[in-house]
Amino acid sequence: MMTERKTEQIVKFALYAIILAIFVWAYFTGAFQFILDHPGDLLYLTGQHLELIGISSALAICTAVPLGILVTRPKFKKFDWIVLNFANIGQTVPSLAILALVMSYFGLGFQTAVFALWFNSLLPILRNTVAGIDNVNPLIIEAGKGMGMTSKQIFFKVELPNAMYAIMAGIRTSVVINVGTAALAFLIGAGGLGDLIFTGISLFDTGIMLSGAVPVIILAIVIDKILSLIEKALIPRGLRRTPEYS
Amino acid sequence: MIEFENVTKVYESGNKKVTAVNDVSFHVEEGKICVFLGPSGCGKTTLLRMVNRLIPITKGTIKVNGKDVNNTDAIELRRSIGYVIQHNGLFPNMTIEENISVVPKLLGWEETKIKKRYDELMEMMGLDPEQFQKRYPYELSGGQQQRIGIARALAADPPVMLMDEPFGALDPVIREHLQNEFLKIQKEMKKTILFVSHDIDEAIKLGDQVAIFNAGKLMQFDTPDRILSHPKNDFVRDFVGEDRSLKRLSLLKVKDLVELIDGFVEGRNKSDWSGQVISVNDNLRTALSVMLSEPNGEAGVADEENNLLGVLHVSDFSLLNGVHPEDLTIVK
Ligand SMILES: Nc1ncnc2c1ncn2[C@@H]1O[C@H](COP(=O)(O)OP(=O)(O)O)[C@@H](O)[C@H]1O
Ligand SMILES: [Mg+2]
Repeated sequence: MMTERKTEQIVKFALYAIILAIFVWAYFTGAFQFILDHPGDLLYLTGQHLELIGISSALAICTAVPLGILVTRPKFKKFDWIVLNFANIGQTVPSLAILALVMSYFGLGFQTAVFALWFNSLLPILRNTVAGIDNVNPLIIEAGKGMGMTSKQIFFKVELPNAMYAIMAGIRTSVVINVGTAALAFLIGAGGLGDLIFTGISLFDTGIMLSGAVPVIILAIVIDKILSLIEKALIPRGLRRTPEYS
Repeated sequence: MIEFENVTKVYESGNKKVTAVNDVSFHVEEGKICVFLGPSGCGKTTLLRMVNRLIPITKGTIKVNGKDVNNTDAIELRRSIGYVIQHNGLFPNMTIEENISVVPKLLGWEETKIKKRYDELMEMMGLDPEQFQKRYPYELSGGQQQRIGIARALAADPPVMLMDEPFGALDPVIREHLQNEFLKIQKEMKKTILFVSHDIDEAIKLGDQVAIFNAGKLMQFDTPDRILSHPKNDFVRDFVGEDRSLKRLSLLKVKDLVELIDGFVEGRNKSDWSGQVISVNDNLRTALSVMLSEPNGEAGVADEENNLLGVLHVSDFSLLNGVHPEDLTIVK
């Protein structure tokens, strides 16, 4: 327990150190200067980036959570392995391969990027939703049944609140990964901060490259923070101190 | 009040069949506690859960208050029957008040009535309503959680309660404490209670009637005293143990023995008594143990107001030969 906490702190510290190093690097290669010189471009690309993440993540949440809930219902329990395996395959295929695959249907551009990002975001949410609901203590479901709750009431009052911790963790992971993956969208002409990153790479200009990378990092951190606030509001207080309880 | 008629449960998983309850018939009277007793796996839980239809009945009928449970809507039936399980089953996402208010809310009670009932139940359980209202189950001790579990089952004042080893997971001291409280509460509530236990001492202490099972079959259905004094077969005899006469003593009170002694107060009074003192309300098993620890096998007997009535001797226990608790004043 104590050592686990310690490891977590060391990892966190190392992460902050790396981020700080990147910022320092960005400063000396002139990335911040570039950002200050082209505020309009940066704003525009960030907007595009946010649009890509926002739409694809929202779609992913809207599909993966209900799908996860569906496969935990007794009627559909038989099919959960099909769905999970399908999603697993989705995760194993590299993002670029998905892009290439979808491109042949949608062509280049925004739609393809959103589709690929959506597809890539499904698994963590789906897997955590299924695990979260499956791991709700069967005794409390049993208690709910015995007290005369309908299956709908058991789902909304018992299963869902007690699975919320896992579901939110899945969403957080998925969205944060998505922020990084969305940088690839530029490659298929969907814009976003990847524009600067890949331009920098092809021009061998680290400054330009980092002027795209640094905002991606900042976006990831800010979005993670916002999601953690939402998480606090959604997770019942009785579970917050004891994630292992459910 | 609750009638079991040729009740059978066969679990089928794949091609394997397990007869968990085998042609069981008996009748539990209103206001009584009936303990389902037997070793693990003998079908107690299965039988209990068929009453509120958590498990479908394979054959036979169960009637609650004259009505076949299979002709009652399962959801409605469950809301009218209190249900307590071993590990309390409290909802970790709900506060104590929310947990207790679940069934009243399902039944659509008014806000003020629910709140009033919450206060009432907490007082009954000896817990401060204010203090626990906004707390969550994880903040409570095991004993407190189990009390909330019982309060929750009592919330809508159901006439029937099903309790599956409710004190099984508690340590002995707290268990005994909760058993005593439970009996005190039951004295006033007079619910009809089906209570699962694998502990013979608990069954004797709490049960008005005891149903002993072995491998799905009903071995004996009787009062605790009859089970102890007239075990019907070898299984029951073994299960209650060699010390069953000693266990029977716990069904009687010192009061009962004192009343069998002519002129106890006049003849046995020793105003200079300096040994141990027992109360007229102690059970005779406790009394005997106290007396055996005294060099001359004696103990003073005090009444409810702690006045010394007289001195009891171990030899007085011979008066109990052939005495059954139901012939005497009060048992519980
Ligand atoms: N869902 C089930 N499927 C198959 N067999 C079961 C099931 N539940 C219980 N059993 C079996 O039925 C028998 C009685 O179980 P149970 O009623 O839980 O006993 P007890 O409560 O007395 O310990 C046991 O042999 C058990 O293995
Ligand atoms: Mg059991």
